[in-house]
Amino acid sequence: MNNKIKRILPQLLTILFVVFVFGFFTINAQVNMDNRGIDFGFGFLSQEASFDMQFTLLDYDGQDSYLWAYVVALLNTLLVSFLGIIFCTILGVVIGVARLSQNFLIKNSAAWYVEFFRNIPLLLQIFFWYYAALRALPLPENAQPWFGVTYMTIKGYYIPSMIWENLNVFMSCLIAAIVAIIFIRIYARKIQEKEGKQLPVLYISLALITILPLLSFLVGGVTLDFEMPVLKQLAQTSFIFEGGIALPPELIALVLALSLYTSTFVAECVRAGIQGISKGQKEAAASVGLTPNQILKLVIMPQALRIIIPPTTNQYLNLTKNSSLAAAIAYPDLVLVFAGTALMQTGKAIEIVGITMLTYLSISLAIAALMNWYNKRIEIKEK
Amino acid sequence: MFKHLKKLTSLFAMIAVLFAFTTEAMAKKSKTLKNTQKKGFVRCGVSQGLPGFSNADASGNWTGIDVDVCRAVAAAVLGDANKVKFTPLSAKERFTALTSGEIDVLARNTTWTLSRDADIGLTFVGVNFYDGQGFMVRKSSGITSVDQFKNGISACTNIGTTTELNMRDFFNSRGISYEPVAFEKADEVVAAYDAGRCDTYTTDKSGLAAQRTKMKNPDEHIVLPETISKEPLGPVVRQGDAVWEDIVRWSLNTMIEAEEYGITSANADSMKTSDNPQIKRLVGAEGEMGAAFGLDNEWNLRIIKQVGNYGESYKRNIADTGILPDRGPNQLWTKGGILYVPPAR
Repeated sequence: MNNKIKRILPQLLTILFVVFVFGFFTINAQVNMDNRGIDFGFGFLSQEASFDMQFTLLDYDGQDSYLWAYVVALLNTLLVSFLGIIFCTILGVVIGVARLSQNFLIKNSAAWYVEFFRNIPLLLQIFFWYYAALRALPLPENAQPWFGVTYMTIKGYYIPSMIWENLNVFMSCLIAAIVAIIFIRIYARKIQEKEGKQLPVLYISLALITILPLLSFLVGGVTLDFEMPVLKQLAQTSFIFEGGIALPPELIALVLALSLYTSTFVAECVRAGIQGISKGQKEAAASVGLTPNQILKLVIMPQALRIIIPPTTNQYLNLTKNSSLAAAIAYPDLVLVFAGTALMQTGKAIEIVGITMLTYLSISLAIAALMNWYNKRIEIKEK
Repeated sequence: MFKHLKKLTSLFAMIAVLFAFTTEAMAKKSKTLKNTQKKGFVRCGVSQGLPGFSNADASGNWTGIDVDVCRAVAAAVLGDANKVKFTPLSAKERFTALTSGEIDVLARNTTWTLSRDADIGLTFVGVNFYDGQGFMVRKSSGITSVDQFKNGISACTNIGTTTELNMRDFFNSRGISYEPVAFEKADEVVAAYDAGRCDTYTTDKSGLAAQRTKMKNPDEHIVLPETISKEPLGPVVRQGDAVWEDIVRWSLNTMIEAEEYGITSANADSMKTSDNPQIKRLVGAEGEMGAAFGLDNEWNLRIIKQVGNYGESYKRNIADTGILPDRGPNQLWTKGGILYVPPAR
């Protein structure tokens, strides 16, 4: 009996404490909201949002509901996070490997890069890329084309948009090519395990992914046109590009700042991962006759990735959460649009902040789950 | 075991009930007034820097007509117009700061609208500036009227304001496609517009006039003549404290009515012996004008002496600073404007 109480009591007290704290805050909020005549509820989500957004991936208009505004803003957040993660990974791996280079210049510039971008607050970097870099860009009427057809201006980066005909045929060909490549890889592995013969998988894959979609142009009736951005005059000194796709400078500045900042942390993870593999592994691999490329691909990387992935996951999560700094430079992300404008217009502070918190939590957990799954896959399977 | 649990639950329930009662009682009497007098300062939410309305100088002294409303309240309830703690708030934060009890008066160029008044637990107590939304453009663009706006125009503004909604109504009704670029802070909007990110900058006209003074080269910009909305700006209080609401309302009304009767900070004391009972009431020499609020009889005299009447405040903050020398609608009703307040009697 005594033992039982000893076991249960602390847990019971903990539960009571949690219930008490939550209860206290709930009652407190309830009472205060009642006193001020504020209703609690999510009915506002179906009301007309009646504000516009600067940049959206899906069609959005002020007549749509707050719920749709939420979805569209969430997509903008995901877009920035996605682009940021891709760029910071590429840059991070390159810089991380460069830090281990034997070349004095490469090694030291990589080290400087890391120290510089890692130690300046992210918000400052965002402001720098937005305001300093923005001021340096030309107005649309003075913009010189980049690569002949794109224009980088203070009002955004204008690129030609693609106008497809029979896009679905093209996409099917692309998917077919990818499926074929997967099968060929599986087949090639089998051959290698059985006969020790290596197929040139890379070349076959490259050929497949170019030839199949090309075929769709020749026989599938697929056509592709480009719509070029064209300069248009709005007023005497006010110009804009029309047609094509406009990437707002807010998006560019944000992705740039986020990837440059986070890539320094990824680079350190990569460096730590590679340095974490003992020299003996490399020497042993060399002694059985593997080429340097094979050593990296078959011996070093599989082991290094185990060290690299978990901390890098944290950096991805940080990047996603940091993307909420978008609000500072008018990029219409979840925080600016939903926890900003929508909160202001509806006054539903508790509901909206709650939804926003849950959303970031879900995104973070989803990224963590994905990376954990990947980590499990590349883990050394003990036999 | 169970006994303990029972005790705990009853304790828990008691605390909850006690809590509910105290907050209930809070609503009946002016808890805000009591708290303010206990603290010794009025907690006032203002803008993050809008010349003429609420702006801090290098040494942290706040000036502006919104600031003067808070100073008037401080003069009335604490006897000293300087006993105000100013909290700079963004458009987004302002209402939450007020409803959560972080501030007691919000005097932050805030537009009085139905949904704000009815939905979010706020009460607007009056109007201290009649404004309307307008547009600013670069002079060199050659635009002199909103009729010259064309498809694709980009407009910089603040988030969380009525501006964002009016702008949409305006462009939609004219069938013009536009790119809204909405920032959280006014300074960021100005910086982006000044850098050339946007073709036009839209907000309340008083705001445009004030922000124009912050530009790199103010003469390069003009405010277009059209006004696209009604923006009655006024102080706001939390819902649920009727006495406090009245104190703030009548502090503002006193300033406006004082101007109507020609009472200024300089002559207020001598007005005590005036023949006009209306004037005598405004300087605390007749009637019991403070009792209903739980204040003494000279609360209104202090406002006029320490802060001045509305005209003085306008001249000091908006006219003399070159923001809007012409009072326009913000003139007394007796002089062709629309400032008209109920009588203090």
